[in-house]
Amino acid sequence: MTVHETESHEPVFVGETLARLEALAPRYPTRMALLLPALWMVQEARGWVSDGAIHEVAALLELTPAYVRGVITFYTMYHTHPVGRHFIQVCTTSPCNLCGAEDVARALLEHTGCGELGTTSPDGRFTVMEVECLGACGFATPLIIDDDFIEGVTAAGVPAVLARYT
Amino acid sequence: MGYPHPIHSSETPVLSTHFGVHEARTYAGWVARGGYEALRKALTMTPEQIVDEVKASGLRGRGGAGFPTGLKWSFMPKDDGKPHYLCCNADESEPGTFKDREILRWTPHALIEGCAIGALAIRAEVSYIYIRGEYTEPYHILQAAVDEAYAAGALGPNALGSGKRLEVFVHRGAGAYICGEETALMNSLEGRRGNPRIKPPFPAVSGLFGQPTTINNVETLAAVPHILNRGAAWYAGLCLGNPKSTGTKLISVCGHVQRPGTYEITMGLPMRELIYDACGGMLPGRTLKAVIPGGSSVPIMTPAEVDACVTDYEGIAAQGSLLGSGGMIVMDDSTDIVYQIMRLARFYAHESCAQCTNCREGTGWTTRILERIVRGEGKASDLDLLMDLAENMTGKTICVLSDSCATPVVSGIQKFRADFEAYLSGARAPALVGV
Repeated sequence: MTVHETESHEPVFVGETLARLEALAPRYPTRMALLLPALWMVQEARGWVSDGAIHEVAALLELTPAYVRGVITFYTMYHTHPVGRHFIQVCTTSPCNLCGAEDVARALLEHTGCGELGTTSPDGRFTVMEVECLGACGFATPLIIDDDFIEGVTAAGVPAVLARYT
Repeated sequence: MGYPHPIHSSETPVLSTHFGVHEARTYAGWVARGGYEALRKALTMTPEQIVDEVKASGLRGRGGAGFPTGLKWSFMPKDDGKPHYLCCNADESEPGTFKDREILRWTPHALIEGCAIGALAIRAEVSYIYIRGEYTEPYHILQAAVDEAYAAGALGPNALGSGKRLEVFVHRGAGAYICGEETALMNSLEGRRGNPRIKPPFPAVSGLFGQPTTINNVETLAAVPHILNRGAAWYAGLCLGNPKSTGTKLISVCGHVQRPGTYEITMGLPMRELIYDACGGMLPGRTLKAVIPGGSSVPIMTPAEVDACVTDYEGIAAQGSLLGSGGMIVMDDSTDIVYQIMRLARFYAHESCAQCTNCREGTGWTTRILERIVRGEGKASDLDLLMDLAENMTGKTICVLSDSCATPVVSGIQKFRADFEAYLSGARAPALVGV
């Protein structure tokens, strides 16, 4: 399969990363089932899934780039553009909403300097995204910052939480 | 990270016995607490014997549907020469539901053991645990536990020295509520968009990778080792009067209670006792307005219905709602119920996979109509329009996401009509929508 490079792309799946992916292959009867794990590895290595990475993954798993793009866009957790150094997901679905989640989201926008949901702060430090139920409804409001799951955040507590991420 | 509450006297700890105990997460710690004895026993049993034991226990699916687990397992073909798969649904995403998370992060080996026993019952060698992408901490804990189980020889080509192959693989989702629907989950695991599939064929005939498959919820599978260890009769006896709803149920309670958290109750506990005793009741000076008892997809209950309700499948159904996943959302008299129903509709609109017209359009229209009501721009005819839309969203689509969006809207308008009319008449000031 030919890979049409649309940008300069340093391959992700070389050496140890490629070996990690191929070690998963015997778990599944198809190569296609490696797609979500492969995309997670790309995001872990690069912070987002670029067009070049889409082509690389497609070639590796014998899929088309259009197919891979179609799958990526179904899921909310893969980034198709660069995000801030720290990616913040804040839940505002009803159970958290009842407990002040929208105030937490507003405080996050204010104290990160993002101003708007989905944008990156001018210093490149944060991106804030409003997400649906994070499955920690009893411990409102939960945030996910990068790989950290943080429970019981209040609007007043936002600056202290953000201070941990430089 | 401690477990948030000590066991309350209204609780019956079975699955939750070791919640909060760090040692129970390790293989050695689990074995020291009687772990893997049930799997050892299951390895000496025939698939039929395991299925019969679980049937006799009365265990019903804890993900929401409440389908008898043993019966579901018995639908799997015998001697068909095909690979069979067990899928564990750890995609807990239904608003209000956070009970499986406690199993995943405190007793991961209970789930692994349940998967292995379930696989034996349905003649499978491979189990996949599909865990939602957002559960970062539970994922790492579960994966570490699986690695330990392999290292100890409980899993692998010769599970516990039995000569039988039992594999458990953890597969991460990437953010999509709909992947908790069983056929969407299978598509996602296969590396596809998580669109639900048309049934039939049912998974037991053609499921994951086109092979016979059974999908069970985390809590369901975690209960299985207890049933094998202590017997079906013991489990069936854990009910407060209704033999159709047996065992214990994890209820995750959130919203306006003093002590939110995951509580394990014997089926049949009065809902009032759960909310007012175990969870400490409302915040000071507040009274109860409404409860959504089984995750956001079930009808809203009024305080009078809550007072009359026992917490089991039939008891909640008798009060016009459903036990569902056991995700209980409690709302006090400070709640703007119209706003919260709007917010739920927005959830479903966001999560619709969009392959069925009635869902794709219906969830969006419902959200926009509710938003305009909240903004003070609603029309007198809007409530009839919402009810009409809801009818067209119910029973018309491949999966029940559309129905789930309609449910809180319909029950909300029926039971809290005055709240909607206050917005429509201008008696209630308009509100801003969203952040």
